[in-house]
Amino acid sequence: MSVEVGTRTAGGIGQRAIRPDGVAKVRGEFAFAGDLWAEGMLWGQALRSPHPSARIRGIDVGPALLITGVHAVLTADDVPVNRYGLEHRDQAVLAGDVVRYAGEPVAIVAADHPDTARRACAAIVVDYEVLAPLVDPGLSQSVERPIHPDGNVFRDLVIRRGNPDSRGPVVVEGDYEIGMQDQAFMGPEAGLASPAADGGVDLVVSTQWLHNDRDQVADCLGLAPELVRLTLGGVGGAFGAREDVSLHIHACLLAVRTGRPVKIVYSRTESFLGHVHRHPARIWMRHTARPNGEIVSVESRILLDGGAYRSSSYHVTANAACFAAGPYRVPNALVHAIAVRTNNPPCGAMRGFGVVQSCFAHEAQMDLLASACGLDPVEVRLRNALAPGDELLTGQRIEGALPVAEVIRACAALPLPAPAVDDVLARPGGAGRTAGARDVRRGVGFAVGFKNLMYAEGYMDGSVARCRIDGGVVTIACAAAEVGQGFVTLVQQIARTVLDVDDVIVAPADTDMGSAGSTSASRQTMMSGGAVEKVCRAARAELERRAGGDEVDIAALTAREPVDVTEEYHHRLTHPLDADGQGDAHVSFACAAHRAVVDVDPELGLVRVVHLATSQDVGRVLNPLQVTGQIEGGIAQGVGLAVMEELIVEGGQVRNASFTDYLIPTALDAPTVDAVLIEEPEPGAPFGAKGVGEPPTISSTPAIVAAIRDATDAACTRVPVRPRDLVP
Amino acid sequence: MTEMYVLRVNGDEHAVADAWLGESLLYVLRERLGFPAAKAGCEQGECGSCSVFVDTTLVCACLVLAAAAADTEITTLEGLQPSARGAVTDVQRAFVETGAVQCGFCTPGLVMAVHALLETDPEPTDLAVREAISGNLCRCTGYGRILEAVEVAVAARRGAAR
Repeated sequence: MSVEVGTRTAGGIGQRAIRPDGVAKVRGEFAFAGDLWAEGMLWGQALRSPHPSARIRGIDVGPALLITGVHAVLTADDVPVNRYGLEHRDQAVLAGDVVRYAGEPVAIVAADHPDTARRACAAIVVDYEVLAPLVDPGLSQSVERPIHPDGNVFRDLVIRRGNPDSRGPVVVEGDYEIGMQDQAFMGPEAGLASPAADGGVDLVVSTQWLHNDRDQVADCLGLAPELVRLTLGGVGGAFGAREDVSLHIHACLLAVRTGRPVKIVYSRTESFLGHVHRHPARIWMRHTARPNGEIVSVESRILLDGGAYRSSSYHVTANAACFAAGPYRVPNALVHAIAVRTNNPPCGAMRGFGVVQSCFAHEAQMDLLASACGLDPVEVRLRNALAPGDELLTGQRIEGALPVAEVIRACAALPLPAPAVDDVLARPGGAGRTAGARDVRRGVGFAVGFKNLMYAEGYMDGSVARCRIDGGVVTIACAAAEVGQGFVTLVQQIARTVLDVDDVIVAPADTDMGSAGSTSASRQTMMSGGAVEKVCRAARAELERRAGGDEVDIAALTAREPVDVTEEYHHRLTHPLDADGQGDAHVSFACAAHRAVVDVDPELGLVRVVHLATSQDVGRVLNPLQVTGQIEGGIAQGVGLAVMEELIVEGGQVRNASFTDYLIPTALDAPTVDAVLIEEPEPGAPFGAKGVGEPPTISSTPAIVAAIRDATDAACTRVPVRPRDLVP
Repeated sequence: MTEMYVLRVNGDEHAVADAWLGESLLYVLRERLGFPAAKAGCEQGECGSCSVFVDTTLVCACLVLAAAAADTEITTLEGLQPSARGAVTDVQRAFVETGAVQCGFCTPGLVMAVHALLETDPEPTDLAVREAISGNLCRCTGYGRILEAVEVAVAARRGAAR
């Protein structure tokens, strides 16, 4: 039977289906990893280096062990294999002889009370030989000795396209800087590790990628992978920060050592120190064009500060380079992107992954180009818009859907917001009640961005899902991490549509089954959505075989013998980039346009982001509620990077590791959003849908900054835009 | 260092014995008394995830010493909502149905804040709602669906009052 998707009215594909965990979440009964408890449980705590660069001459844990209630204090000597890392194992679980960033763990404690554990950490005496930290990424390659045996360069990538010496008569160039943004999810890192009778360990943890974590934990503990079992604890947001291991190995080491369950929950400060951030970047870019605005060439140098360890710097570099020119036709290009090691906090994945940084630069350039050619900012973008059949900087031809011109037109056509209401709270500075109505200037800015979906450069990606139907009860299992985005809703929608049932149980995600890969790169809708669709179709086929036709009584057909099938989904193969940065490296792309309206008080340098209009290429809307949620939430993070969010790092020290000092948008800071969704189904993707999580965060930031420039004439070449950038 | 004190939570008295007096109300509610709805998001009174009522005032439980909350009436989300399994208040229903819940970590605090607002201002303006929930940080939603949930709850109450 061919299944007509999108025709179900009750909770199927395309419907406003409600989250299966929604009621538990509003009732405060949903079990986040930090809510876990076990009989006899101890609390774990890490001691972190206060120095960004130092040699450890010795550690005296004796004073900590004397504290009543302390059960274990572990250092590097207690770690069977003291190396881990997301893509490359260049990081110590506990620093042995060298610390390379302020916040690097040097010892861990298990105690009967979190405060006992904190006091024990304070009692540990570490003898540091403090060294001068390498904090300027511009100097990383020229220092005499690298700060790590693997060297100071994570990746050095050049993309050459066409004739890089070609020039158009119109030339615009600029230097841009992007500050260090933090994912700042609301639920701090948390996990509970329990020793198992078979010598293994069970870990319930908030993460984005159970299987990658499992492998790292097993390797570091010297255990076979099957002896390390991970289950997803409730995740309070992720946005890239939970791709890297945080407390996982620490909790498991302590559990195995003490023979007791050990829970670790980060404080907000420890969370800021204990996960990777968005790479700060310095970008130079030069565009040349014909007088009519058609781009002739783009040159760029991109310097990313990867901090002390590699994390995902290698692939962030590729994204920054591959999408450096934005969703525009560029016949000639020379892009040089490099990510380097410093003694600053490690940087890695955050929503938009390398493209956020490039987009801020290329969209500022497009506005300069519009101005130089006497064109409207929307017109110059339309004139250069990429379309299917065009080639990227990497020479890859766009085969799928990519409606760049359509999102630009749809966004530009949305009505502008009304003038601000006459209320001081609605003015820049808000509750500070500082701005006078007559001083406020309004500005409008436009930006467009695009990004790859899924992993790239030949990565063999897949996702596994299992469907069991027993007595008519449908249970779907998939190890994809639900981090808030609503994958669990999508599982139910797909199963309802394909199997024509109302009730679908979503099993907990764990490592007892095959990997679903990471909840990142806007990939789970396609990858794990694809696996769930595939397994549901296989189950459907089995039901029809049993029925001898397409009249399926699902309860009767599974009353005696359950249907139990497992399927794996893969996307098409991609390929590495060659020496000129050319190659068919990416699976799929999505674009979005943003138009921002801001009010600025130029005397005080205060900005209120009033309104964001957006149009986004979504392939197909699987759940309008959830797509809207991703767009509004992603824009809020773009607002944060544009005008308020930056981890301030001075001399390798994070100066604002708290919500008192690192400000994220509140309800008074968040703009009203109007969105138009462009549905051009992606060929080959399940239901034609694209991942929607990242595009909202990419071009919202440059649109807001363009609006600030429009209101003030300030250059604003750096984000976040600070009051001092606006007040002469 | 330790002595016994009694907390009155959701109408019931709970003796807290052998506890360090430095513990916050949030810690005692979550770890000693089994009320996990209030969440520890920042422990600095910035994020609102731990919002509870002390008497009639909405507070961040992370900033209140538990022992200092003896002799008050503490109401947590568990006490505000119907006790029946899966039953919800009008505000909770609106959150679920409008898509105001994503990761859900901020949600219990926001539900408390919206109930507190609607008690005193049943027809709040958009700015009044934004100000009332501006002490509750949400990182997933951008607040759009949350503002809509409040509108839906306000409209439902208006309809019920007619």
